[in-house]
Amino acid sequence: MAIRSIKNLKEFSTANERFEGAHLLCPGCAHSMIVRELMNATDDNLVISSATGCLEVCTAVYPYTSWDTSWIHIGFENSATAVAGAEAMYKARKRKGTLKDPDAPVKFVAFGGDGATYDIGFQWLSGAVERGHDFTYICLDNENYANTGGQRSSATPIGAHTSTAQAGRVSYGKKQKKKDMVAIMAAHGAPYVAQLAPNKWKIMAKGFQKALETEGPCFINTVSACTTEWKFDPKDTIHITDLATDTLMFPIYEIIDGHKLNILYRPKTVIPVEEYLAAQGRYKHLFKPENKHVIERIQKEINEKWEYLQRREEAGV
Amino acid sequence: MKGVLATDKRGVRELGAEELVGWDEVTHGVVLNSFDLEVENPAFSRPEERPYSDFNSYTATVASWRVIKPVYNRDICIDCQNCWVWCPDTSIISRDKQMLGIDYDHCKGCGVCVEVCPTNPKSLLMFGEAEDPEAALAQWPEKKKKAKK
Ligand SMILES: Cc1ncc(C[n+]2csc(CCOP(=O)(O)OP(=O)(O)O)c2C)c(N)n1
Ligand code: SF4
Ligand code: SF4
Ligand code: SF4
Ligand SMILES: [Mg+2]
Repeated sequence: MAIRSIKNLKEFSTANERFEGAHLLCPGCAHSMIVRELMNATDDNLVISSATGCLEVCTAVYPYTSWDTSWIHIGFENSATAVAGAEAMYKARKRKGTLKDPDAPVKFVAFGGDGATYDIGFQWLSGAVERGHDFTYICLDNENYANTGGQRSSATPIGAHTSTAQAGRVSYGKKQKKKDMVAIMAAHGAPYVAQLAPNKWKIMAKGFQKALETEGPCFINTVSACTTEWKFDPKDTIHITDLATDTLMFPIYEIIDGHKLNILYRPKTVIPVEEYLAAQGRYKHLFKPENKHVIERIQKEINEKWEYLQRREEAGV
Repeated sequence: MKGVLATDKRGVRELGAEELVGWDEVTHGVVLNSFDLEVENPAFSRPEERPYSDFNSYTATVASWRVIKPVYNRDICIDCQNCWVWCPDTSIISRDKQMLGIDYDHCKGCGVCVEVCPTNPKSLLMFGEAEDPEAALAQWPEKKKKAKK
């Protein structure tokens, strides 16, 4: 096990990067910040798969790859399946004694966007977790199908404008609530499930390490601010993510063994959600008088969710 | 696979500018090797020591994406590594806990590093792509006084 020491950022920065530049993700895209963190959090060999989506498409533009590890380019729905297959084969070959270096530590990681995770690859992810493969699934949640032009997914929050849930005269954008994927994965009884954000780099790196160290299937939902579809200036990716965590739009917490919930980050001052919404073009229309009720609803649901998470933590069950 | 392996030196090649074979001429299940030689585990070697293959995007550049670029001022930097951890393009070069500079082959000019730099004045600032680095350093702003509350 070669989990890297990350007492502070200086120490963390001595990592030898295994995710290369000149990929084609948009300037300021959070996907690559999250991928770099994962890969820099360990020295172990990595076998990684990516579901179709911005990350996959932009890091393997023929004739280039940006990955210095074993990396599988696979379909939209198959990220969990591909890595589960690789993990099963690795175990079988270890048993048969056909591995070149059976003692080298290897970790299996699957990446998927929210479209791939919450919608299209949902049953495949569920199956791989139920079968108990030893892997970590990381969802890069930018709350839309970014790679195909920003369609709504079941991770899109209520009130957001997307290309298939448009805001205009008759609608305020998406009318349905975001699916609670973290709760669903915890309900599978996965040993480690968490929601993390790249602005809180240390909490995120530690969560990744915990997931990699934990035997069995682990699931992590990461907030991935999308400059193109959320409509903000690329330089503001971390600022927007700060607003996401400090308004509690994205609470940071983990659930151990399907039930024990720990809150990992408590903002010193909780910011009203308006500030987060106002910073992004996709919520612009909510500030019209007739849509005020949507903002009120979002704030109310944030408060209720935070109350619920705190009670769950207190109860310790 | 004739024509795939561009041999231009790193830094001068633009993505898409090399001669390509068509997608339908590529063998199915193609493997792109990141390195020319066998590398046990790159987590134990520094980028400058690795035998990058021509398939590795490290050997390509996206410099032409930039209209503005970050300029680094070593005199103010406290080596906090904020810019390193949040650069989306692996373009902050840090070695032995020190920030050394910017990898202009891979930087896209997003400006995230400038936003997260905590010094006063900042140790990284955005300038026009064509600005001469010396001239940029010469016009670096003074320390800003904290606004009174
Ligand atoms: C089965 C299938 N349906 C549709 C597509 C087209 N497609 C490619 S990427 C993508 C959207 C990906 O969205 P998400 O998973 O959220 O990743 P993001 O691009 O947002 O990171 C779609 C619809 C596909 N490749 N395969
Ligand atoms: S569209 Fe969004 S997720 Fe896709 S590369 Fe651009 S910023 Fe990243
Ligand atoms: S401008 Fe963006 S890509 Fe360039 S070094 Fe700064 S953070 Fe990295
Ligand atoms: S963020 Fe600023 S102070 Fe910190 S290492 Fe980078 S340039 Fe130096
Ligand atoms: Mg998405």
